[in-house]
Amino acid sequence: MSLRRVVVTGLGAITPVGKTAPAYWEGLAAGRSGAAPITRFDASKFKTRFACEVKDYNPDDYFERKEGRKMDIFTQFALIAANEAIADANLAAEGIDKDRVGVIWGSGIGGLTSLQAECIAFAHGDGTPRFNPFFIPKMIADSASGNISIRHKFRGPNFVTTSACASSSDSIISAYNYIRLNMADVMVTGGSEAAITESGVGGFNALKAMSERNDAPEQASRPYDKERDGFVLGEGAASLILEEYEHAKARGAKIYAELIGGGMSADAYHITAPDPEGNGVVLVMQNALRDAGIRPEQVDYINTHGTSTPLGDGAEVKAIQKVFGEHAYGLNISSTKSMTGHLLGAAGAIEAVACIMAMQHGVIPPTINHVTDDPELDPKLNFTFNEAQKREVNVAMSNTFGFGGHNTSVIFRKLPA
Amino acid sequence: MSEIAEKVKAIIIDKLGVEASEVTPEASFTNDLGADSLDTVELIMEFEKEFNVSIPDDQAENIGTVGQAISYLEEHAK
Repeated sequence: MSLRRVVVTGLGAITPVGKTAPAYWEGLAAGRSGAAPITRFDASKFKTRFACEVKDYNPDDYFERKEGRKMDIFTQFALIAANEAIADANLAAEGIDKDRVGVIWGSGIGGLTSLQAECIAFAHGDGTPRFNPFFIPKMIADSASGNISIRHKFRGPNFVTTSACASSSDSIISAYNYIRLNMADVMVTGGSEAAITESGVGGFNALKAMSERNDAPEQASRPYDKERDGFVLGEGAASLILEEYEHAKARGAKIYAELIGGGMSADAYHITAPDPEGNGVVLVMQNALRDAGIRPEQVDYINTHGTSTPLGDGAEVKAIQKVFGEHAYGLNISSTKSMTGHLLGAAGAIEAVACIMAMQHGVIPPTINHVTDDPELDPKLNFTFNEAQKREVNVAMSNTFGFGGHNTSVIFRKLPA
Repeated sequence: MSEIAEKVKAIIIDKLGVEASEVTPEASFTNDLGADSLDTVELIMEFEKEFNVSIPDDQAENIGTVGQAISYLEEHAK
């Protein structure tokens, strides 16, 4: 059986640097940081007191109150991004068979805000269980894909992938596979996360994974800088509409790019620490290149996982040099997490959108906050430090790696005009 | 209107997102005010919390309108 081709026909995003896909791209291209002191709760006793929040977020701007309060904020973000992408792809058009449209979403954590609120309320009571009937449907991660399908009546395959920070790259690959295998014609995919809560920030602080640069939040996410001290927590969502190529052509859809391959692997090393040799990361990029049927030399841009942790950044760079050899010096490499922070389970989706926008605009978004070279990293590599660079991008790769040792890479190609 | 009736109406307006004018004594939560089965469970829970009562399931089943809620609570609220 030959596999069907899959293209991207819609984009949506709500992020710390812009609340629509075009605004998000504008933020990235301008090198804008989304980090600021936490406003969602009183973080004064926390080791980290800043994050990349979606700015001035008010659910009432997007939902009727009755509807909004039945969704955790991570599901609200999911619907906002998916609605934008669905409108962009014009999926409400006549003639689209909704039985052949599915939703595969990604979230690493799900409804942490709702879980935390209900547990706190119970602990403050007298032991009488007064759990809200919407608590479980708000908390479970699959409420994101469920709510998107209910809103738009898409009756195709529907579920959520969870693999920590690789979640939404895995959802993209899953959606890709269902179309390739002729089990759907169109898939709404993407990811969302909203973990800027006491338990989220406190939990990641306990892992010693987050930056504590409280005196300069906007300079804290600094992948590949010698003084990097951990990731900055972000929140938001992005969505991509994947569509079978002939289906898209037949209805005259706008085609952003072709999704040509995906790879997955596991570190099989430690539940939170990356394998310092980067073996799983080498494997995942090789798997993705093989699936795409391209040579490493064809890749122009890698949007790296690059979270700004001391160990992880180095391991990924080492792996890139192993996989790409001499061509590593010809690549543009950048970590847009320097601007957006780390959106955990939504990272793969927002970074896939960044790759596609880079192709559209012929611009590589930068790795901001570079001050001091890390002597451990090869200075001949182009990390796109501090300012966007013009470059025609024909092939872009996006890497994401998650706690648990999950590694995922996806590869997009520009279609000839 | 009693203080209890005022509070019951306020809870219904808040949870079901309806207008005060719709919340008449005869109004049914499911047929008139757009509640689904989970909304109804939530309303009962909110009444329990607000009025510090415990409403057994078999009695909760008989509370389907605004008026029924008000009379039950006027009788049982502590």
